[in-house]
Amino acid sequence: MDFTLKVWRQKSAKEKGSFHTYQIKDISPDTSFLEMLDILNDQLTRKGIDSVAVEKGCKSDGPVTFDHDCREGICGMCSLYINGRAHGPDNEITTCQLHMRKFKDGQTITIEPWRSAGMPVIKDLIVDRNALDKILQAGGYVSVNTGGVPDANTIPIPRDYAEESMDAAACVGCGACIATCKNGSAMLFVSARVSSLALLPQGRVEAARRVKAMVAKMDELGFGACTNTRACEMECPKSISVSHIARMNREFLLAKIKD
Amino acid sequence: MSEKLNSKIPEGPLSEKWTRHKSQIRVVSPANKRKLDIIVVGTGLGGASAAAALGELGYNVKVFCISDSPRRAHSIAAQGGINAAKNYPNDNDSVHRLFYDTIKGGDYRSREGNVYRLAEVSNLIIDQCVAQGVPFAREYGGLLDNRSFGGSQVSRTFYARGQTGQQLLLGAYGALNRQINLGSVQSYTRREMLDVVLIDGEARGIIVRNLVTGEIERYGAHAVVIATGGYGNVFFLSTNAMNSNASSIWQCYKKGAFFGNPSFAQIHPTCIPVHGEQQSKLTLMSESLRNDGRIWVPKRKEDVEKLREKKILASQIAEEDRDYYLERRYPAFGNLVPRDVASRAAKERCDAGYGVNETGLAVFLDFKTSIERLGKKVIEERYGNLFQMYEKITDVNPYQEPMMIYPAIHYTMGGLWVDYNLQTTIPGLYAIGEANFSDHGGNRLGASALMQGLADGYFILPYTIGDSLAGKIQAPKTDVNHPAFEEAERAIKDKIDRLLSIKGRESVDYFHKKLGHIMWDYVGMARNEKGIEKAITEIKALKDEFWKNLYIPGENRELNQELEKATRVADFLELGELMAMDALMRKESCGGHFREEMQTEDGETKRDDQNFMYVGCWEYAGKEAGNIVHKEPLKYEFVKIATRNYKD
Repeated sequence: MDFTLKVWRQKSAKEKGSFHTYQIKDISPDTSFLEMLDILNDQLTRKGIDSVAVEKGCKSDGPVTFDHDCREGICGMCSLYINGRAHGPDNEITTCQLHMRKFKDGQTITIEPWRSAGMPVIKDLIVDRNALDKILQAGGYVSVNTGGVPDANTIPIPRDYAEESMDAAACVGCGACIATCKNGSAMLFVSARVSSLALLPQGRVEAARRVKAMVAKMDELGFGACTNTRACEMECPKSISVSHIARMNREFLLAKIKD
Repeated sequence: MSEKLNSKIPEGPLSEKWTRHKSQIRVVSPANKRKLDIIVVGTGLGGASAAAALGELGYNVKVFCISDSPRRAHSIAAQGGINAAKNYPNDNDSVHRLFYDTIKGGDYRSREGNVYRLAEVSNLIIDQCVAQGVPFAREYGGLLDNRSFGGSQVSRTFYARGQTGQQLLLGAYGALNRQINLGSVQSYTRREMLDVVLIDGEARGIIVRNLVTGEIERYGAHAVVIATGGYGNVFFLSTNAMNSNASSIWQCYKKGAFFGNPSFAQIHPTCIPVHGEQQSKLTLMSESLRNDGRIWVPKRKEDVEKLREKKILASQIAEEDRDYYLERRYPAFGNLVPRDVASRAAKERCDAGYGVNETGLAVFLDFKTSIERLGKKVIEERYGNLFQMYEKITDVNPYQEPMMIYPAIHYTMGGLWVDYNLQTTIPGLYAIGEANFSDHGGNRLGASALMQGLADGYFILPYTIGDSLAGKIQAPKTDVNHPAFEEAERAIKDKIDRLLSIKGRESVDYFHKKLGHIMWDYVGMARNEKGIEKAITEIKALKDEFWKNLYIPGENRELNQELEKATRVADFLELGELMAMDALMRKESCGGHFREEMQTEDGETKRDDQNFMYVGCWEYAGKEAGNIVHKEPLKYEFVKIATRNYKD
């Protein structure tokens, strides 16, 4: 398969970026999207090698910088906006799980970084997602020290609660929901943690404190509000439901009323 | 034996060693803990749990990771579960049984004392994780569910769907976040450790490269903890994440820390087979699938041919024409034999010409029987996300057609040598989790890596590190302007400049792939003297070529992923050679280390306890002397040594 790639290139956070166009040929449909980018990078590196050897002074663009790590859809590192969709034209996957068989031969593919005020570009396709850590640091945990906890089977938890908690806990923190949201809202991401813990007796104890701290941090860092378009849910690689946003709102209101 | 190799295993009965040790080691008072700095490198299960636990105790902790967030560490990808000796299913499990299974699974090449302690603290881990809000799978009665894993005849594996590693890591990451919020831990992301700094022979800091700016930075402490995982990526293609690397442990080795059993690498039997040269990594299909999946190849070569030519589907092959070779060869454990045994059995069938895909390197993992027995819904509940993952990658629906799988590099049992306190041979330098060598011998059992990472981080290191820090309460803060830091930083800068200035004609991946091929062919699933010697020669030549013909685009003072890869591959090339040397030295077969010269008539591993019942501890003795091996004899006081038997 052959493709025309329009890739966002940006040297650093301070400099302006632009689209560069590259051609790529003979890609197997079984190749993953990131492997296709590896092949592109190999081409760009080869060009660099030739420019050194020939000393034409012709500058290569250099390889495209992009975040990736586990390449099996769980680490949440990969973060590409492909043809206008977070993680590309397939559902319930991260970019690394996307394969070229999902594209048409000869297609033009536009590749951009996440674009959101809360996640500025560092270089090319890499963005800074530090804000997500900061929100979780504000309260996305159960405040227990190591040791001195009761036996694991002391508190029975209804299976359905544990399962729903797990549904929310599946969030990989990639940021697709924020990148997709027209308001740049982090509500799905934040609610996934709030809801997952609120559903369990261990997390209930400080549920009110948690939701207030995390929402305050989210607002402080400049993330937008939710207007229920449900775009986040559509693009979430783990299909996390907006019902968790509803639960977070309920938790938040209840906590505030008691203040 | 080198005098540095004192394992410090406490005297006394097995079940009292840890209790006795804890009561005898020193502790640091809260007021003094505040004065002490600890660096933790890596934020997987070991690093995150250690940093959190140490922060809770009141130490000043600095924690480093190469990703943009601690939550990305590769522990997150562990799927199947975590072992503990809770005996909740009432199937006669116990601390002793978990200990025994682990020693036996490791083919009698691990320390009794360490392994017993691991089994002992396993139960605390489950309690801790539940208290943190980890959503483990539960029964309808609200209590925790268990499943089985290879190498054991009881159900002791706790799990959270196929995302157990993720959930445990989110628990540890949460605990870490809490300490960051409280100010006891400082987190440094997108930083890569490139060297450890020794002052007067003790570890007192690290040199890191800021991966965003390219700046070289210095950090000092009273102790350094290495939790950077394993080195499976030496093989290029592995189930490890792309950025997982060995540079931290390798630099510790180069500074004098001994390296234990470097050749002990685990090959996982159930991975999605390689599809072509452009492939960048291999994907694991959890061992938990072997609970309900049956492994087979056709009995008849005609069927194999037809499968390869895609003239028939696997589901069309009749029951009596299938060879469930694990059930045939190992009736007692069947599809749940340990990983090394299952991997070799797959290789044996494929070598004999029964591989079921075009490359001849694949076997089937089939859920037909289980779907008939339990219904599709139950299978979906248990493995839904794994089935989905498989379908996304291969475009085949595993509810209808069996999965195709083949063994791949997954884990390294070898690592930095540590004593009972998890301290390396360099005072003040500790190694935990996969980065150390200590608990799994020649083969790790499934669902035990998560257990070890969290055992080390939550419940062992926080105690043992106090013993040496108690002697440092008067020691001043480490001065990062000390000449030792100057020198280490200069060496790193020189190395980076040298790499960038080669301007040769081949990319980093070219060298990495070549190294991977050599390692897989000669130091992989089956090894022999001639092959290993060839590997050593070829790696040396490749290393020379690397330093002459490498090309790295871009510069140092920027985010430069090719440069990052180059520093890692430079270390992999040296480590690959050491692995081959260790494999050559160990003229026996044990666990995942299979020397073809040493096998029984039916192709099982043949240990040589007379000559090799020891840990191969390698020391870097400088440029001239190179790598020297020492031996730490393994003494079995409590377990009767036997030939591993999974047949009856």
